[in-house]
Amino acid sequence: MVALDMTTDTVPGDAAVAQHKMTTRNVNVYYGAKQAIKDVSIDIDMDNVTAFIGPSGCGKSTFLRTLNRMNDTVASARVTGEITLDGEDIYASSMDVVQLRARVGMVFQKPNPFPKSIYDNIAYGPRIHGLATSKADLDVIVESSLRRAGLWDEVKDRLRDSGTALSGGQQQRLCIGRAIAVEPEVILMDEPCSALDPIATAKIEELIHALRGRYAIVIVTHNMQQAARVSQRTAFFHLGDLVEYGVTTDIFTNPREERTKDYITGRYG
Amino acid sequence: MFLIAILAAVVASFLGRRKAQAIGRASGGGGDPRSRMPALPGHYGAFLALCTGGPAFVMACIWPTISDTFVMRAVLASPVAKTLPAAEIDREAIIGEARGLADGTIEAAFNPASYELVKPITAAIQHFNLIGFILTLVLVLAGFAAGYLCIRRDFRARDRVETIVMVCLMAASLVALVTTFGIVASLLFETSLFFRQVPVTEFLFGTHWSPTTDIVPGQTNGFGAVPLFWGTVFIGAIIAMIIAIPIGVLTAIYLTQYARPTVRKWLKPTLEVLAGIPTVVYGYFAALTLGPAVREFALMLGMENPTSESALSAGLVMGVMIIPLISSMSDDSIAAVPASMRDGALALGATKSETVRKVLVPAALPGIVGGILLAVSRAIGETMIVVMAAGMAANLSANPFASVTTVTTQIVQLLTGDQEFDSAKTLSAFALGLVLFIVTLILNVIALSIVKRYREAYE
Repeated sequence: MVALDMTTDTVPGDAAVAQHKMTTRNVNVYYGAKQAIKDVSIDIDMDNVTAFIGPSGCGKSTFLRTLNRMNDTVASARVTGEITLDGEDIYASSMDVVQLRARVGMVFQKPNPFPKSIYDNIAYGPRIHGLATSKADLDVIVESSLRRAGLWDEVKDRLRDSGTALSGGQQQRLCIGRAIAVEPEVILMDEPCSALDPIATAKIEELIHALRGRYAIVIVTHNMQQAARVSQRTAFFHLGDLVEYGVTTDIFTNPREERTKDYITGRYG
Repeated sequence: MFLIAILAAVVASFLGRRKAQAIGRASGGGGDPRSRMPALPGHYGAFLALCTGGPAFVMACIWPTISDTFVMRAVLASPVAKTLPAAEIDREAIIGEARGLADGTIEAAFNPASYELVKPITAAIQHFNLIGFILTLVLVLAGFAAGYLCIRRDFRARDRVETIVMVCLMAASLVALVTTFGIVASLLFETSLFFRQVPVTEFLFGTHWSPTTDIVPGQTNGFGAVPLFWGTVFIGAIIAMIIAIPIGVLTAIYLTQYARPTVRKWLKPTLEVLAGIPTVVYGYFAALTLGPAVREFALMLGMENPTSESALSAGLVMGVMIIPLISSMSDDSIAAVPASMRDGALALGATKSETVRKVLVPAALPGIVGGILLAVSRAIGETMIVVMAAGMAANLSANPFASVTTVTTQIVQLLTGDQEFDSAKTLSAFALGLVLFIVTLILNVIALSIVKRYREAYE
């Protein structure tokens, strides 16, 4: 909570755009005729972990996926409004989606390692982006990524084993390592712990703490305790609306909106 | 007879239900679950209907075959039959005619002796029809009585009906299985006859194929099937696959990953229609269009006397025929790769083609390979295209412009027309068929086990 004082000015609505890693202004997302996200404006900062919370179907995952244009893969999805990364509009025609996704990495709800070796899973991104010029370079990237993902000690002797042979929690850390290996600036996590047991969840949460500051992290979770534990900023979504966005402690101890309060106290969800 | 069985079953169902209801009422009705009967009245009805109609129905199905034998025996035993010729073929021809006259299916007979037989045959048929009728009635009554006595307070008709239904279903599924065993057994039998005349080693390893009816023991007799095996593999597994694998797999990738839904909606059924074209039609195309074209091409390359019945034209057309099979199997296995895998690659900044090449295709590979093996087994068993386009000459040649022949073509050759069934020439067709059967069986087993294991990996 040390960071609080320094960053109170990054609550939405004020401060210059340039200071934020990512900004969204009046974003609407439609699936066909159905509107999934209504007029959402949020700023995401480098120093904070930002959590999106809300009941199932509230649009939090949809919104997360607009941040690296993963919704492009859904044919019926349409996005309006402005989303910027370092002041650049990511939906502009000049934006290369491949580059964007290299800068804004993503970790999914269900661990999805490729059916390849642990080494190749991590090396996949660096290889396609040409980050390593030699085998030795690649070895270094793989080791440092696995270390940062907190998985190195567990797998260093079996890098050639299949990534799918790991436990669920290890697979998820492998996926985080895989995302880190591309040196992204922002990491989006879509309910990264929902398929994991409490111990594996605790490890992922530790990892998020350790990665904070180095990457801007956005995490979607339906677990409010988790949002309270790992994030500094929390956005509460409900039925496609951004109901409230602010400092996590404020949201949880002193919500401004009635709906936020109802959700946090467990009145619905 | 069928009518009796069905009518009896309907009546029995009604009576069974009545009795069950009566017992149900007598034992105090529905309030307390423990005093209720173990099944609904409808189940008792169905049970009694099956008891009554079932055996009679089976009887009605098999009686015509059995009675035929009896009729025949009765006719031969009759005094008129004494005058019939002794040779079996002549005798049967006359009896056949007489039957036709008796049934009214033919109006006049070629052999005057037939007219004599009409009377005894008609009598015998009527006699045995009556017996069949009585037997059916007996079965109906016996079945009904047995079933009716079974229905008591504690009789579990529900379970019994389930068991009977299960037995019926099992019998249905056994039909295909038993037929297969029958086919294999007949193949094995004829093949063993063949190998009594020609050594196995000559057949499997000999390189000279020109089957004759005259066998000289201890020498090679032109039953070396290697050129046939080679021709089959060359056309079905090499040339056809060179065409079908790349096009099929690329089509599948396009359809699953790139095509817009509207395009996919049209293209996929169109491809599947291609799979439904009779192979004879492909054969025309191969023989009339592609064959001469390939010959022209060979001439252009400076070959002397190229044939229009080339391995290449048959193989190309077979490849086209196989494309839908490979593309739809690959399509299924690529589509079965979880979307999360694709998203994972895309989220790392992989382009679409990188995702396809490095993640989707490797992940779907077992399914694709399985599909290819199935396609190979289909291609080597394919007959019509090669009969029409590949020629008859048993050459052992890797030249795609040469004429080669295949196992299936030779089987057709050996078995068409008037053939003696005890000559080695004819019997060799069965040996070829057996080899083909074993090879395709092995290919299918391997392919299906690969596909199955792959499916399990993602479930």
